[in-house]
Amino acid sequence: MVKQKSAKLTIGVLDVIVLTSVVALVGFIAYRVNFVLIYKWDWSVIPTYLFRWDEKTASLVPNLLIKGMIATIRVAIWAMLVSSILGVILGIARTSDRLLPRLVSWAYVEFIRNIPPVPFLFLFYFFISSQIMPILGIDEFVYSASPQKLAVAEFMFGPANLMTNFLSGMISLSMMSAAYIAEIVRSGIQVIPKGQREAGQTIGLSPFAIMRYIILPQAIQRVVPPLAGQFITLIKDSSLIALISVQELSFLAMEIAISEQRFFEVWIFTGFMYFTVCYSCAKAFGWLERRMGAHRY
Amino acid sequence: MSDGTGKQAMIQLRGVNKMFGDFQALYDINLDVYQGERVVICGPSGSGKSTLIRCINRLEEHETGEIIVDGIRLDDDTRKIAEIRAEIGMVFQLFNLFPHLSVLDNCTLGPMKARGISRTEAQKLAMRYLEKVRIPEQAGKYPSQLSGGQQQRVAIARSLCMSPKIMLFDEPTSALDPEMIKEVLDVMIELAETGMTMICVTHEMGFAKTVADKMIFMDEGRIVEEATPAEFFTNPKNDRTKLFLSQILLH
Ligand SMILES: Nc1ncnc2c1ncn2[C@@H]1O[C@H](COP(=O)(O)OP(=O)(O)O)[C@@H](O)[C@H]1O
Ligand SMILES: [Mg+2]
Repeated sequence: MVKQKSAKLTIGVLDVIVLTSVVALVGFIAYRVNFVLIYKWDWSVIPTYLFRWDEKTASLVPNLLIKGMIATIRVAIWAMLVSSILGVILGIARTSDRLLPRLVSWAYVEFIRNIPPVPFLFLFYFFISSQIMPILGIDEFVYSASPQKLAVAEFMFGPANLMTNFLSGMISLSMMSAAYIAEIVRSGIQVIPKGQREAGQTIGLSPFAIMRYIILPQAIQRVVPPLAGQFITLIKDSSLIALISVQELSFLAMEIAISEQRFFEVWIFTGFMYFTVCYSCAKAFGWLERRMGAHRY
Repeated sequence: MSDGTGKQAMIQLRGVNKMFGDFQALYDINLDVYQGERVVICGPSGSGKSTLIRCINRLEEHETGEIIVDGIRLDDDTRKIAEIRAEIGMVFQLFNLFPHLSVLDNCTLGPMKARGISRTEAQKLAMRYLEKVRIPEQAGKYPSQLSGGQQQRVAIARSLCMSPKIMLFDEPTSALDPEMIKEVLDVMIELAETGMTMICVTHEMGFAKTVADKMIFMDEGRIVEEATPAEFFTNPKNDRTKLFLSQILLH
């Protein structure tokens, strides 16, 4: 792999203009907020919502913001997992020789891609929570489960009373993301040269074995960067499920911002928390990409 | 349907026609290849050489006519096709090694996943053939770390690991630098000496003279001339063969 040259640090006229405009804009906004809006900054609310002192156990325990971030990470991880599985299946179906799988997958992808997430989320939430969840028996499970089982379930899916919401939100997110992952997987499969499949055929492999051992490993290696981008979009889009009362970071931030009347501080800090999660995710994928590509091609 | 001894041909083509859309790539091909026979096919680019051998392991489907390999007739029955393909090794012009697998794993994939052989057995088998093609020391490397000649020899070893009855070669040396051609041809000559049934598309006329039992010249989708090497090189019947030979021997 070619090592990237470090960019040369020379400052031209254009750089000066850009820099000055950025400084001026930030200064202007700060001025409006401080002197026109007469906003009194008070960042002291933030730490109390990160951790609070618990009298019963006499220790610091996570408060709403941290809980919200954990909920966001939890829903994102599940959605990544589910949408990857669904996306790979749909992506393979789109490259099938047979018409039916190709058609079904195509219809799904176009359906999702051309409806904005909000209507989809509401429709899906009302349908899933009223029709599908009773069949799965989530509520009965929550009422009848032993404390240990419930603790495990809460660790995996969040608070018991909101588990239906959590699952609906997570599945909606997964279904949306799966359509985009399907497209990424399809393009990853289609750039693998025809000769790879043919070589697999000539050593007597079944179509499944060719996909499993030859095409997919190479395709996945190639789609790591666009997949990382999709996962980061997924983390950000997870804030949408606040709309169906899943108590993740945005939902709780909204509550705090309203009850404390500290909009700027809470939302700036919440943005920072999202940034941290997304940026770490991007870094992790960058590392994965380097490791996977280290000794090949 | 048989040679002088009454033996059935290993590969039989009867009146095979192949279309690509409106374009006819093969016209009425008739060919018998017997066990242990070594056939060399040559002809100008685009004459249908690749298409012909790709029909034999059904990488291409012929429209009309009949292809029978080792007693099995090629048709739409996919189970039979997989069975036949496992019997036929194929070496491609551009090697088509699996870039994400080590040399050893390239060779063990077929035996393990198509034949259900254990990993240790498959590795033993692979090492035996990697020694035959004289690159056992490269077993742990990835294809991109090898020279073209080495890659092509791995591709040959990968095919041999399936213990095929027939080997097809589609211009195995034409993507190679001149200094690497010999190492691949040497391996192919050794393979011919083991009695393998081989069909080679190649323009290496020295190789053809050494190993071929039968020469075939193709032009515009037809077999124009079929002869023993002695006849073919000293006394070709067809004008196009003569022209082709005069051009290729000048190089
Ligand atoms: N997949 C294909 N689709 C359409 N035309 C093809 C395809 N493969 C080969 N052909 C055409 O068939 C003819 C024979 O091709 P090929 O068998 O590859 O020739 P050769 O190997 O002798 O150079 C050529 O004219 C080529 O353009
Ligand atoms: Mg060719």
